[in-house]
Amino acid sequence: MKRYGASVGFFIFMLVIWEAVVRFFGIAEFILPSPVRIGEALSETSALLWEHSLQTIIEVLWGFTLAILAGIILAMLMGLFPVVKKVLYPLIILSQTIPIMAVAPLLIIWFGYNLLPKVIVVALVCFFPITVSLVEGLEAVDKDIEKLLLAMGASPWQIFKTVQLPGALPSFFAGLKISATYSVMGAVIGEWLGASKGLGVFMTRTMNSFLTAQVFASIVVISLLSLIFFGLISVLAKFVMPWYEQK
Amino acid sequence: MLDIINLAKTYEAAPGKKRQTVRVPTLDNISLQVKKGEFVSIVGPSGCGKSTLFNLISGLERPDEGQILLEGREITGEKGHVSYMLQKDLLLPWRTILDNCLLGMEIQGNSRGQARKKAHALLEEFNLSIYEKSYPHVLSGGMRQRIAFLRTMLANKEILLLDEPFGALDAYTKSEMHDWLMSVWHKYSSTILFITHDVEEALFLSDRIYVLSARPATVKLTLAVNLPRPRSRKMLVSEEFIELKGQLLQALFEER
Ligand SMILES: Nc1ncnc2c1ncn2[C@@H]1O[C@H](COP(=O)(O)OP(=O)(O)OP(=O)(O)O)[C@@H](O)[C@H]1O
Ligand SMILES: [Mg+2]
Repeated sequence: MKRYGASVGFFIFMLVIWEAVVRFFGIAEFILPSPVRIGEALSETSALLWEHSLQTIIEVLWGFTLAILAGIILAMLMGLFPVVKKVLYPLIILSQTIPIMAVAPLLIIWFGYNLLPKVIVVALVCFFPITVSLVEGLEAVDKDIEKLLLAMGASPWQIFKTVQLPGALPSFFAGLKISATYSVMGAVIGEWLGASKGLGVFMTRTMNSFLTAQVFASIVVISLLSLIFFGLISVLAKFVMPWYEQK
Repeated sequence: MLDIINLAKTYEAAPGKKRQTVRVPTLDNISLQVKKGEFVSIVGPSGCGKSTLFNLISGLERPDEGQILLEGREITGEKGHVSYMLQKDLLLPWRTILDNCLLGMEIQGNSRGQARKKAHALLEEFNLSIYEKSYPHVLSGGMRQRIAFLRTMLANKEILLLDEPFGALDAYTKSEMHDWLMSVWHKYSSTILFITHDVEEALFLSDRIYVLSARPATVKLTLAVNLPRPRSRKMLVSEEFIELKGQLLQALFEER
């Protein structure tokens, strides 16, 4: 916790300035609520926020799992068979140029107002960093280590599982962390476009009623959720790679 | 035990962006021999093709001409017959020291339990078992090199190829490693083929030394080192040693 001390201090400092500015200029709450008001809104609506968060968390968990599975399968195929990589990799990169905001409404048209379209949006958002980081990790084998194993008489599969796979872990987890921070946002975007429950829904409703303090409250929750996912991945990374020194 | 007969290798290199390739004759008519239990060194100017020779012996590459025989059987171009230790220690950072030592046996498909037992016994013997559960990044350069060497030994091949294993170590650690290597070699009567460009190192360790010429490498001089064993630091200033060193240096300097 110590290494975040300066950031936390600066953050609190900014909040104080924010509070002071809002009070000093008497800014209307529906334009910019003060941090204290946001805090109050958080506690007032906590039960409701929790209920909506639960929905969002479920979407994120499903989407994230789906993205990890798809990412691992694709990256492994690309790592093992160069042909697959040659065909798919450019297409995967190309797919990222399609704005998610354009795809999400289509998903709703195709799959309806249920869980599935949101899960797919989360998966689409998370899948790219996971796949790319794993592919690059698998490729970044030390050529000399490969040579050493070849000289020992290792088969391509033995090299893959003893060197490439474990060697790709740090890069893979870096991709997971990026995805984790995007994942909640993906779910919220999905919910904006049509849902009956979830933080995105809460946000749209409060926004339409000019309950700006509550909009901010939902933003705080979204950030917290993203941070928690990020933290869980970091803990998992330490557990899976005790040998890896964080710099 | 190991017979290398008239080996030749030429690389096709493409310098710059030009399409046409140039031929880089690297090894030319190299013949050498290592007998069972011998310690043989190869010295030669930088870039003459020493590592290339090891790549050929280990089967990573094929020679254009010539043969490589192990115990009379041709192994030219075949992998998995010799233990090869490359210039870097190449310990896998995600494996503990013990698991790093298992690598060779694992690749050969030995049972893990038995491999573990063997590796543990060897580490114990060299007072390295306290590091068994550590990861390589906590070890010093000299320690890592010892582990890498034991891993090479545990691959259990009749001959060890060591490519400048101590090149990156400081002088003090290096001489410690020499004594250590000598004791291991003696105890296990291993057969070692050793690359170095350190003339004193070669003389201190070897029974025989091959001096290679600049590229394309040919065998320029074969020098028998008949200093008594076990060798001691005192020999480094003996008349015989200095005489041999003079011969070696002269052969090397003619290549400049
Ligand atoms: N795969 C390759 N393709 C083309 N040229 C190569 C290849 N491998 C080595 N060479 C060339 O062959 C020559 C000998 O290389 P090698 O690594 O065997 O030298 P060395 O004696 O081990 O050098 P050092 O003392 O620096 O380790 C070099 O000129 C190198 O550029
Ligand atoms: Mg070399």
